[in-house]
Amino acid sequence: MKLGNIKVALVGNPNAGKSTLFNALTGLRQKTGNFPGVTVEKKSGTFKLPGQNGQQETAAIIVDLPGTYSIYPKSRDETVVMDILANPAHPDFPDVVVVVADASNLQRNLLLFTEISDLGLPCVLALNMLDVATSMNLTVNAVQLAMKLNVPVVRINARTGEGLSGLKEAVRQMAERVDKPALAYFYEPKGNEIQLIADVKRMYALDNDYVALQYVCQHDNFSFLETPARVALDKLIEKHDFDENGFLAAETVARYEKIKPIVSKSVKSAGITEQPYWTRKLDSVLLHPFWGYVTFAAVLILIFQAIFSWATYPSDLLDAGIAATIEWTKGILPEGFLNDLITDGIMAGLGGILVFIPPIAILFALVSILEESGYMARVMVIMDKLMRKFGLNGRSVVPLISGVACAVPAIMTTRSISSRYERLLTILVTPLMSCSARLPIYTILIALVVPPTKVLGVLNVQGLVLFGLYSLGLIGALATAWILSLFIPRKEPGYFMLEMPSYKLPRWGHVAFTMYDSVKSFVFEAGKVIMAISIILWVLSSYGPGDEMEKAEAAVTSSMPQASEEQVNAAISSVRLEHSYAGHFGHFIEPVIKPLGYDWKIGIALLASFAAREVFVGTMATIYSISGDFEDVPTVKERLIKEKNPETGGAMFTPAVCYSLLIFYVFAMMCMSTIAVVQRETHGWKWPLIQLAYLMVLAYVSAFVVYQVMS
Amino acid sequence: MSARTVSHLRKGEKGVIKSFTDRGMSLKLLEMGCLPGCEVRLDAIAPFGDPICINVGGSYCLSLRLNEAAVIELE
Repeated sequence: MKLGNIKVALVGNPNAGKSTLFNALTGLRQKTGNFPGVTVEKKSGTFKLPGQNGQQETAAIIVDLPGTYSIYPKSRDETVVMDILANPAHPDFPDVVVVVADASNLQRNLLLFTEISDLGLPCVLALNMLDVATSMNLTVNAVQLAMKLNVPVVRINARTGEGLSGLKEAVRQMAERVDKPALAYFYEPKGNEIQLIADVKRMYALDNDYVALQYVCQHDNFSFLETPARVALDKLIEKHDFDENGFLAAETVARYEKIKPIVSKSVKSAGITEQPYWTRKLDSVLLHPFWGYVTFAAVLILIFQAIFSWATYPSDLLDAGIAATIEWTKGILPEGFLNDLITDGIMAGLGGILVFIPPIAILFALVSILEESGYMARVMVIMDKLMRKFGLNGRSVVPLISGVACAVPAIMTTRSISSRYERLLTILVTPLMSCSARLPIYTILIALVVPPTKVLGVLNVQGLVLFGLYSLGLIGALATAWILSLFIPRKEPGYFMLEMPSYKLPRWGHVAFTMYDSVKSFVFEAGKVIMAISIILWVLSSYGPGDEMEKAEAAVTSSMPQASEEQVNAAISSVRLEHSYAGHFGHFIEPVIKPLGYDWKIGIALLASFAAREVFVGTMATIYSISGDFEDVPTVKERLIKEKNPETGGAMFTPAVCYSLLIFYVFAMMCMSTIAVVQRETHGWKWPLIQLAYLMVLAYVSAFVVYQVMS
Repeated sequence: MSARTVSHLRKGEKGVIKSFTDRGMSLKLLEMGCLPGCEVRLDAIAPFGDPICINVGGSYCLSLRLNEAAVIELE
């Protein structure tokens, strides 16, 4: 037996339930969903293997790999599988491979199993989704299957956790096995393959025929091979006149010839096999040429109504609670520097984002339900033709929809798009989808200028405006993709080919956890940045260069001898801010943003939110509570309503200014994390910089047009 | 006359796969379980007539574009 931790890899077809099994074994919460291609990079965790005869349990490291139909990758996410399995020196190279198979479609799932087995890796076959098989009138004889395939077969239900102890036991036994029985290959090489394999095995000191064949077919994907090794392999291919494409098709057909009799012996069908009844019924509506679109539109409108209408009540309560807490804190702390920093700096900044917990929680929960149920795959189908018109792929729908939550994970999901061209376009336009960080900005500005009236009795006008902003983001994304597709040359045709999973009821515990987790990371991750920027901003707006602030203050005091103390104080805090460091920054960029309708105070918030747009609202809260003449510490929204435009004397936040800001934030790429992830996924700075420049120009020009037309 | 392919199927109609006309795509289709001799049935057509969903051998539902379906020749 091997010393130290046992390493286990989870391999299987897309949507076979690997990540669900991974979560059940490790107790971690790796993202799962009911559509192919949820996992796009490997994830590791640990679990305990039972001890035998009272021995201590052993720790095992488990790696969850992206799903794949065969070991020959068709998209970027799938390359990682063979890069690990063909390289014994890789830190994740497994001692045992658990092949997770969807029992309702065993023939196709076993193709991958026979390939993994031929690589000489010790395997355990985990049969998942037996409940789906049963609803399709199929019964699987695991014992028969184990005998025919010569591998331990375990029946599991990854969703409920059934059969996990049996699986752990099988993994342990496989890891402890000392003897290594001679491998019975499922695929036997023919013709010139035999000599080619012998040459490769000799050259690279390999002992497995099939691994040698993978060196021949996939060396360009193997990160562990140096260029000379790749060139040498190319020469061998030429020498033996090896036809790779012909071989791949012949190999796959030969494997199915072996698999078919095994499946027909071990899977019994009672009557006609069909997809589960409810899946067929639902598909007849959800994929319908007319009703399919109607349902999809209804689902989207429901999401926006939920964010706006349902979230209002808890948000308003939170808002009032925060305002009261700030006031209370102001009262109990001694007056002075610390009081101001805590209340006007930190609490005002943080309070500005806490209000958005309810809408963000609802948004994440609803997206999670879409992903869990299997509906996402149908959306990809009904949107594919439309997406193709813009140079995208039906699969682009997943990044675009999850971009509504956050662009960073959304851009990573593009790895399952097989065409590099369609993937690049998707990456470039995903940041145009309005993410949850824009939601606070939208909410507060809409609340300022749109009345909360209802149309048709149920639809909230504010919700409709919000829907309009999200639609604008989508239209912007599609238009951008179309324009880019005119400039970027397309090299290869894209695939669609997508498996339709059967519908499943969302696991409510899972939905609740996703909601909790996203709120937690929003509050803590965004909170950290917002808090830091709020403090910096508070310092910058409370101090100014030299004694400029004091001079300005003295000038105000002497110029208003008749005014009441209250009026003087208000005027003082306002000129102090204007002459602070932050005020100088604001004035510095004012000429640039003036055509958009913004003054220097909004300029400060724009600058502060350059690296992360969620900072905007918190910054506004901080700025307006420092400059504020509002004794009763009202909420941010009330402060903004009361803000006066010094030039016109009217309200500062007119509809023209608010809409101009809204449009600016729909298009502007104000997120460092997104730029970083685009850089990583496109392997260079070219695309993120083009994207940043393009989106900033688009944001500026659109906001300019909106302001000039409306004012 | 060109051969009948999966893209010619009408909704609910069945056919048996004979061969593929595109090598690159045939490998992906084979891996997805579309084998010569396998029965397919057209189950759904998306809005604008493309992509389509076919039932492969009674075991699962595969969605593919018309140009991908046109690669699969029927008996």
